[in-house]
Amino acid sequence: MSKKLELVCPAGNPAALRAAIEAGADCVYLGFRDETNARNFPGLNFSRSELRDSVRLAHENNVKVLLAINTYPKAGHQGPWHQAVDDAANIGVDAVILADIGLCDYATRTHPDLRRHLSVQASASNVETIRFYVDAFDVKRVVLPRVLTLPEIKKLNEQIDVETEVFAFGGLCVMAEGRCSLSSYITGVSPNKEGVCSPPSHVRYEEQDGRLLSKLGDFTINAFPDNEPAGYPTLCKGRFRADGVTSYLFEEPTSLNVLDKLPELTAAGVSALKIEGRQRGRAYVSQVVGAFRRAVDAAAEGLPVAADELMALSEGGRETAGAYNKEWR
Amino acid sequence: MTSPQLTLGPVLFNWSAEKWRDFYFRIADEAPVDEVYIGEVVCSKREPFFEPVIADVIERLQGAGKNVVLSTLALIMSEREMNRVRELAQDSELLIEANDISAVSLMAGREHVVGPYVNVYNEGTLDFLISRGAMRVCLPYELPAESISEIANAARGRTGLEVQVFGRLPLAISARCYHARSYDLSKDSCQFVCSEDTDGMAVDTLDGTPFLMVNGTQTLSRSCRMLAGELDDLCQMGISHFRLSPLDTDMVAVARSFRAGLDGVESADEVEDRLAELLPGLSFSNGFFHGVEGSVYRNRGE
Repeated sequence: MSKKLELVCPAGNPAALRAAIEAGADCVYLGFRDETNARNFPGLNFSRSELRDSVRLAHENNVKVLLAINTYPKAGHQGPWHQAVDDAANIGVDAVILADIGLCDYATRTHPDLRRHLSVQASASNVETIRFYVDAFDVKRVVLPRVLTLPEIKKLNEQIDVETEVFAFGGLCVMAEGRCSLSSYITGVSPNKEGVCSPPSHVRYEEQDGRLLSKLGDFTINAFPDNEPAGYPTLCKGRFRADGVTSYLFEEPTSLNVLDKLPELTAAGVSALKIEGRQRGRAYVSQVVGAFRRAVDAAAEGLPVAADELMALSEGGRETAGAYNKEWR
Repeated sequence: MTSPQLTLGPVLFNWSAEKWRDFYFRIADEAPVDEVYIGEVVCSKREPFFEPVIADVIERLQGAGKNVVLSTLALIMSEREMNRVRELAQDSELLIEANDISAVSLMAGREHVVGPYVNVYNEGTLDFLISRGAMRVCLPYELPAESISEIANAARGRTGLEVQVFGRLPLAISARCYHARSYDLSKDSCQFVCSEDTDGMAVDTLDGTPFLMVNGTQTLSRSCRMLAGELDDLCQMGISHFRLSPLDTDMVAVARSFRAGLDGVESADEVEDRLAELLPGLSFSNGFFHGVEGSVYRNRGE
């Protein structure tokens, strides 16, 4: 008998954390307000004292708190990352989510009892890689990169002895996570180092010949004629020209949604579902977490799931099952 | 101190077996490089094509006194791909460049090179990898000078360090094939359309600015990294190996220029001028090294 899928929910700030708890989260994940986590955007994340209060609130409600320390520490300046691990242990979070090998090593040596999850940013996409992190750092859960098909995930789970967590809803990295410098190539700030991808600080919109250009750094990511609503210039969801053809070369503006795949994910041996969106507000978190709570509970009872209820929250009103379907590749 | 070693990174593009073989034969015969990396890094579907000529290429390179290193895939997903890396790790008599943690793990306890697709951002990670047998680490291209210098301090006397100084930057790798996608095909039925573009498929922004190059599942920078002007700095930091990443051009000439630069026979300006002449229309970049946008080229003294 497989266990019910655990619902891991985003908390970009204390209000979103409360919303996630109220909507039925099993776990919330969050980060400190600095470059130690991969959603280092202004106005987001937690101070030490906010984390302390949040852990108390979450534990009172039987909800776990996972702290993402999932950027790659800066050479010669690893202090802030080590401090983040120390503080996580001190404050009593339920696990840390790490990507860097050196930081995994530090956490394992310094706080052996602090539970460790492997971040999606480590891009652990195969058996030997996962075994490495389990053997070397005793990680208890691996967040799988968004590159694997459902049959590959199933096969993987048959060969490893560690929990796996997969992305269930929200933003969709189309490149292997932690191995993408597209955004830093044109902005100078990096997902791996500074924890930001396609950051708002580098976004601007410009009128040109009756169309609106959305730019990231000095590069145009998309162009919208008057009658088309302008979207946010996330680099890999832009329109470009290759071989004379204009297209969404990498991916359309779309959201990942696996609401209709819960039985398959359970059968594939997955332990937990991650909802992306620490940059999202309370209302969004509330709605998505609520829908997944109902769906996970229904699927566990063998009942049908209302799969279309989140369409309105999807980017561009479009949804995809991403790499879980082989045809996506 | 040993003299700086010039290396040639693996060919990243889907070249025909003949083109691939002839390229390496000429490298063996004429290019002043010390080490040559070979092997498929991007897409496992391409491997069978050059399999028949790989033994000849290795023999020719070794015969010319080059060290040959076998590079492994950057993104390993299927069981077939995993088994292939297991075989290489087990059987190869050549030094292995591990481009994924799986290969690092399989090589534990035996000397190997850690490739640029493995995230080594700091001395903590470096220490751990050295303890597992890394004899050299090719640093991620995204690192700024300050970080390279810190890591080099930690590496001194313990492991070699390599930095890519020429060629397009491998910015991203994906499960999805963008070459196939641009032809309305899927990766499984790709018809090997990537072989049409021996230097990658040019991607422009909608206002016509050259931006990226698609190479199957890999996305490269359109600009070509050019660290001719930074060779002295890199040598002083303690970098031991200098990597040229092949383009579909006269790489023998590129190697000669960098060799002359490393040996102090030519100035950085001379090296750059010569390569600008060889590669008209190609823009150079060195931004990552200087801690700014990777696409940028910063003049010396700026």
